[in-house]
Amino acid sequence: MTSWPILSTITFLPLAGALWILFFVRHEDEELAAKNARSMALWASLVTFLVSLFVWFNFDRSSADFQFVERFDWIPAFNVSYHMGVDGISVMFVLLSTLLTPLCVLASWDAVKRRVKEYMIAFLVLETLMVGMFCALDLVVFYVFFEGVLIPMFLIIGIWGGGRRVYAAFKFFLYTLLGSVLMLLAILAMYYDAGTTDIPTLLAHGFPSSMQTWLWLAFFASFAVKVPMWPVHTWLPDAHVEAPTAGSVILAGVLLKMGGYGFLRFSLPMMPEASAFFAPLVFALSVIAVIYTSLVALAQEDMKKLIAYSSVAHMGFVTIGIFVVNRQGIEGAIFQMLSHGVVSAALFLIVGVIYDRMHTRLIERYDGLINRMPNYALIFMIFMLASVGLPGTGGFVGEFLVLVGVFQVNTWVGLLAASGMVLGAAYMLYLYRRVIFGKMTKEDLMGILDLNWREKVVFAPLVILVFWMGIYPVSFLDVMGPSVERLIEQYEMSLAQAEVQPIFAGLWTGR
Amino acid sequence: MMPDLNITAFLPELFLAIAGMILLMLGVFQGNRGTRLVLVLTVACFALAFLIVIFSMGRNETALGGLFIADAFGDFMKLLVLVGSAVTLIMALRYIEREDMARFEYPVLVLFATLGMLLMISANDMMALYLGLELQSLSLYVVAAFRRDHLRSSEAGLKYFVLGALSSGMLLYGISMIYGFAGTTSFEGLAAQFAEEAPVSIGLIVGIVFLSAGLAFKISAVPFHMWTPDVYEGAPTPVTAFFATAPKVAAMALIVRVMIGPFGDLVAQWQQIIWFISVASMILGALAAISQTNIKRLMAYSSIGHIGYALIGLAAGSELGVNGILLYLTVYIVMNLGTFACILCMRQKDVMVERIEDLKGLSKTHPAMALALAIFMFSMAGIPPLVGFFGKFYVFLAAIEAELYVLAVIGVLSSVVGAFYYLRIVKLMYFDDPIEAFDQPIGREMSVILAATSLAIVLLTVGIAYLLDGTAVAAASLFQG
Repeated sequence: MTSWPILSTITFLPLAGALWILFFVRHEDEELAAKNARSMALWASLVTFLVSLFVWFNFDRSSADFQFVERFDWIPAFNVSYHMGVDGISVMFVLLSTLLTPLCVLASWDAVKRRVKEYMIAFLVLETLMVGMFCALDLVVFYVFFEGVLIPMFLIIGIWGGGRRVYAAFKFFLYTLLGSVLMLLAILAMYYDAGTTDIPTLLAHGFPSSMQTWLWLAFFASFAVKVPMWPVHTWLPDAHVEAPTAGSVILAGVLLKMGGYGFLRFSLPMMPEASAFFAPLVFALSVIAVIYTSLVALAQEDMKKLIAYSSVAHMGFVTIGIFVVNRQGIEGAIFQMLSHGVVSAALFLIVGVIYDRMHTRLIERYDGLINRMPNYALIFMIFMLASVGLPGTGGFVGEFLVLVGVFQVNTWVGLLAASGMVLGAAYMLYLYRRVIFGKMTKEDLMGILDLNWREKVVFAPLVILVFWMGIYPVSFLDVMGPSVERLIEQYEMSLAQAEVQPIFAGLWTGR
Repeated sequence: MMPDLNITAFLPELFLAIAGMILLMLGVFQGNRGTRLVLVLTVACFALAFLIVIFSMGRNETALGGLFIADAFGDFMKLLVLVGSAVTLIMALRYIEREDMARFEYPVLVLFATLGMLLMISANDMMALYLGLELQSLSLYVVAAFRRDHLRSSEAGLKYFVLGALSSGMLLYGISMIYGFAGTTSFEGLAAQFAEEAPVSIGLIVGIVFLSAGLAFKISAVPFHMWTPDVYEGAPTPVTAFFATAPKVAAMALIVRVMIGPFGDLVAQWQQIIWFISVASMILGALAAISQTNIKRLMAYSSIGHIGYALIGLAAGSELGVNGILLYLTVYIVMNLGTFACILCMRQKDVMVERIEDLKGLSKTHPAMALALAIFMFSMAGIPPLVGFFGKFYVFLAAIEAELYVLAVIGVLSSVVGAFYYLRIVKLMYFDDPIEAFDQPIGREMSVILAATSLAIVLLTVGIAYLLDGTAVAAASLFQG
């Protein structure tokens, strides 16, 4: 089966679905056309998910190499090839993307009533770009997918978003573009130095130390915006608040992970010396992000904004975990990204449920929902606790591993980051109390309905997943293990080889 | 001198010259009733010239006693110019009939302008360069003022003429300085002189500065761009479409050939000039376009910006840089043809409109056209996977290779600023509600052009290797010897 280009199939199946909707889903009756577009999108994304399961089950968990590799010449004159493959780090992000897309389609089933056809096309194109980005093994291919994501997301926020959607869409687009173009220059410089953009070759290339600093900064500009790290996170709350529910789900679930993935795939292994040099900077920014954005989240009146700020805080853990560069830290960071992908996606869906009913996201407009919506309150509680990091849920494993990793490197960073967990519990529980508990006093809430079967279908896989990740994390840690191990090995080897030890980093951490 | 007349080398030009005169006669006898016929025949002539160029590809020879050179670089540029001229003529067909400017001189003038461009592209001597340039410019002045009963059109023509004449004067002055100090106008002669390690006299440098200033006028690079927005806005829209495509490519080809050919060994001398006009064009193109309300003016600033990006490749002064320019211009011409086809479809109740605001809600009233225009806008902003990204990619690659890091950083940053106004058009089309729909139908030829150009923008990404094969050969031919 290895000859069948399975990764390309996963990547381009959604695109084929999108083209099908574009050209063939046509009907006099707009309602009927919308219905066809919805079911076509659901089928396309479901089939994609099933095919991606095949990758999951056939993935060799003992190998750290890239698997399911495909390679075709694309621009032979410049040594650029269409090179796809997954290793233990990227395969799970592919799964995450293919899982969340059908859920997004389902979640928008009734919520999106305008321009359904275009909406579904945008989501399928988005899926193609996301999956392609995680599979890409050539920097140019990677960049094409990485940047291409901006187009459908811009349209999703701008067309189906809320009141300040235009502002949010422009801010999202220009912020991320500004970071990415600098990375583009770094990619060109890497090509110029190494003569290829092939990622496996570049991983072994070893760039000169003087160059690494600049390359690292350029990549950092792009990924830090994407993650997002403080202080370049300001586009995220705006984009989240204005995006439609499914847009927020993809944004929080997958797009934010592109930054973390980029750090793991490029910054650490290709620029180890610069990574070691700048690690204190990353720690500082991440700790600020964890504490500051948690405090900001505490003061939010808008549910989506609150969850958006909590995302920034949780991603702060991820960046800390990545740059401590030990096994626990990195595995924790990856695990945290996955669990955050599930949990924050679910939380945005939870907000979407009541937004669809009441058309407001203001916390003060809700109270005592438990009286009318017991199922909803249960689901909300599960994911609220997962977000807080309750043992037994996916959220705990990631944060715990990161903290274990960071305490080995720097106690202060560990201590400050851990305080973020306390704050996280504070804002989530506070939110939950205000929305769910108490007496229902608002007149307009009296008629609110509990989850319907479609919403239950959407939440079911996420609930299973969040417990699976919490109770038996080994099934995920096993997959990433060999790749992470090799990543750390190579990182330490190239640091040892480096002629000039990164003294400044030592000074900053006090070692 | 006569032995190397070498007629086959300039067959396309010869054919167009004869065809132009025949068509002129035909027009005179048929009167304005024959406009459509003359126009169609002109397009056919372009197509035939296109084929002749294709079939004679791969040569590298001089003709007319060394005044004329036919090489892969020239052939590539000629193909672009011919496509640009032909497509803009097809787009003009309905417009000139509708707007009462259906005179047979229009296609004939376009033909002579195109002939001038082909001659400029193939110039191998300062004199040939000037003759080609003037043949092109004189035709363009007339075309710009073609609606002579219209105030704006006449103003545009006059403005273009006065400033164009000024730039021609500077160009001539530069040429005479160069001749005075070097003693020859032949490109090969000049190149041979500079190849020797002698210090370059200050007079020659002054000559080169004037020459580049004159050429910068023609490609509308900052600080010689002032005429562009006014002429673009004032000229009839199909004429603007023509201005934005073929002459830009031809002038760009000319400046590349002059700088790389005869002055190739003086890179150190002219690199800073090109560096400056490139940076200034990119920044001005990005910033000035933001506040525009007229789409033709916007396109003028956009083209100034694009020329700035293309000039990055020239500033690099390398084969890779020229390769980047060729790719950039190819992409640029396709995007502009598509965009102007959209602009020509902007009619409400039989009146042309050109405010950007008029595009509001286009995605609801004309979904296909909105999709095409969105593709062009994202491509112009340089967002992958559209091919506009690869245009930028290769010029920046050349800049990095030539270690022009500051230029590259300014370039990418201004491309982010530029993305704003392209996005604004997408925003108007997709995020806003329609006010008034444009007239339907847009015409079959417009639909075909829109479909072809937008498909090309998407599909060229996949097949970029084939395009790069062509540009690589063309760029290499410029660096022989």
